[in-house]
Amino acid sequence: MNGETTTTLPRPQVSVWQRRWGRLRRIYRNNFVPFIMSLPCVLHLFIFAYLPMFGIIIAFKDYRFDKGILGSKWVGFYNFKYLFSSATAPRITRNTIVMNLIFMSTGILASLTVALLMNEVQGTLRARFYQSAMFLPYFISYVIVGIFVFAFLSVENGIINHWLAKLGKDPIAWYNEPKYWPGILTLVNLWKGTGYGSILYLAVMLGIDPEYYEAAKIDGASKWQQIWYITLPMLVPIIIIQVLLSLGGMFRANFALFFNVPQDRSALYPTTDVIDTFVYRALIRLNDIGMASAASVYQSVVGFVLVVLANWAVRKIDPDRSLF
Amino acid sequence: MTTIRARSNQWYIFINFVSKVLINLVLLAISLACLLPFLVIVSASLTNEEAIGKYGYPIIPKVIDPLAYKFIFADPSRIIRAYSVSSLVTITGASIGMLFMSMAAYALSRRQFALRQPIAFYIFFTMLFNGGLVPSYILITQYLKLQNTIWVLIIPGLINGWHILILRTFFQDLPSELLDAAKIDGASEWRIFFQIAIPLTTPGLATIGLFTMLRYWNDWYTALLYIDKDVLYPIQYLLYTMMRSIEWLQMGQQANVMEESVRVPILPARMAMTVLAIGPMAFGYLFVQKYFIRGIRLGAIKG
Repeated sequence: MNGETTTTLPRPQVSVWQRRWGRLRRIYRNNFVPFIMSLPCVLHLFIFAYLPMFGIIIAFKDYRFDKGILGSKWVGFYNFKYLFSSATAPRITRNTIVMNLIFMSTGILASLTVALLMNEVQGTLRARFYQSAMFLPYFISYVIVGIFVFAFLSVENGIINHWLAKLGKDPIAWYNEPKYWPGILTLVNLWKGTGYGSILYLAVMLGIDPEYYEAAKIDGASKWQQIWYITLPMLVPIIIIQVLLSLGGMFRANFALFFNVPQDRSALYPTTDVIDTFVYRALIRLNDIGMASAASVYQSVVGFVLVVLANWAVRKIDPDRSLF
Repeated sequence: MTTIRARSNQWYIFINFVSKVLINLVLLAISLACLLPFLVIVSASLTNEEAIGKYGYPIIPKVIDPLAYKFIFADPSRIIRAYSVSSLVTITGASIGMLFMSMAAYALSRRQFALRQPIAFYIFFTMLFNGGLVPSYILITQYLKLQNTIWVLIIPGLINGWHILILRTFFQDLPSELLDAAKIDGASEWRIFFQIAIPLTTPGLATIGLFTMLRYWNDWYTALLYIDKDVLYPIQYLLYTMMRSIEWLQMGQQANVMEESVRVPILPARMAMTVLAIGPMAFGYLFVQKYFIRGIRLGAIKG
């Protein structure tokens, strides 16, 4: 402060600082507590989601437990070359994609059908029984699902083989015959997921304005016509979204299903080995970090590209439903 | 004219009736198919080894024999311990996880919070891309040294990005005038969060909380990767090991099947263990299923 300006400047100068201080205080007040509130999640995700992302470099190294991630030797794409020169890579890729495609199409079809049927019995006591029964499998862990399937398919005591015996047919060694497993896994997947999936479609159906149906009835439309010309068209957006989201997840298999239900029998690998089960086996059983991390990075990268593409497509159709 | 109309009306009523019956039959068949495995497991647990060997796993048991349950309850310590581990992990994990997730979701719902967009993306990105199993495994076993502790069952699963984003929509739906009024009256963000936002979103929070609890209760995968000590086995993983180890026992047993000594009811015992693991869940299911259904509907509409 020099003598000449003291008469004119002090007040505005102080008020500038006051204003700045006030603004800082407001910024602090608006942001400090929300920041602290989000901190636990931010830190947790940093440790358990972001650090492993950087761990992708393991796939480009000859990882040794004693040398650590940074100390291990760089080997470039060696692990990937090794993986893709084996017969495993095409097998696990094919199984993952084919099974996911089957699950997607059968799943959507079954859930949609059940939802349409449920829509006809809405509000009755029976409907509540159906819904409870069909939703129950969703609550069961895949370990238990594996035990359920075993009760049906066990070679000596399984229900199916006893039925076959009654019909005078030879028993089938289910756990040694890979050709049956795409069908078995599809059934199990439907058993577990149809109730859940139908609730999703039913929710959308319940949101359809009843006036459409009343108008159709007055015009003499039959039930089938109402379903065909009102309900299904109203469901098309969500069906498309579901398809695209499933396509986005095409490279990620349900480890719990593919690991527990075929009980990790190596005889079944030709049709049941998917990327996720292979990564697990390479890491834990074979201790082959290079192979496991190469397969896992392959999955993450292709999976990411698929999700981004799927989302781009969803946004074209219905921006409100896109993920980002 | 009137007869035709009457006949077509009767025809219409008839068709309507037949299709109603058909719809109900199909739904009933699907429902029973969903319940059938549960019935088989209960029946198998109530019969004995010989009956299973003779008739296979029963849908309705021909011979009732509670030996399997007697066998398990002769030494229930393992199953009780596994239950305790699962309950502890589920309760701690779900409550801490819900606290953290709803705090973050609330912060992200506050419009004046400058970092809400970047943090939302930061959370969201973890749903799109991940480092995969290998780096997480090395991080947890080599750097954090969490293997064979109770913490590994709780901590890595605390946060689910998708759930944060759903919780955020609950808080976004709160009337902003209400929160702003509380703020003008001098309430701190913490107070608004705990005394206004949480009570007003309880139904939604409860739904997500139940999904989180179910995720912890059904988790066997974490134990498969990181737990070797059997005192830390959660119930689902105990079932998994039992499935493998009894199979192994069973093989040994078939080798000396000629000795007609006292036979351990291996097959029914395995099913009895399964029943004991499902039982309380199935009971709770009757009370909470409507919240789950509401949650899925919310996901259908909001997601």
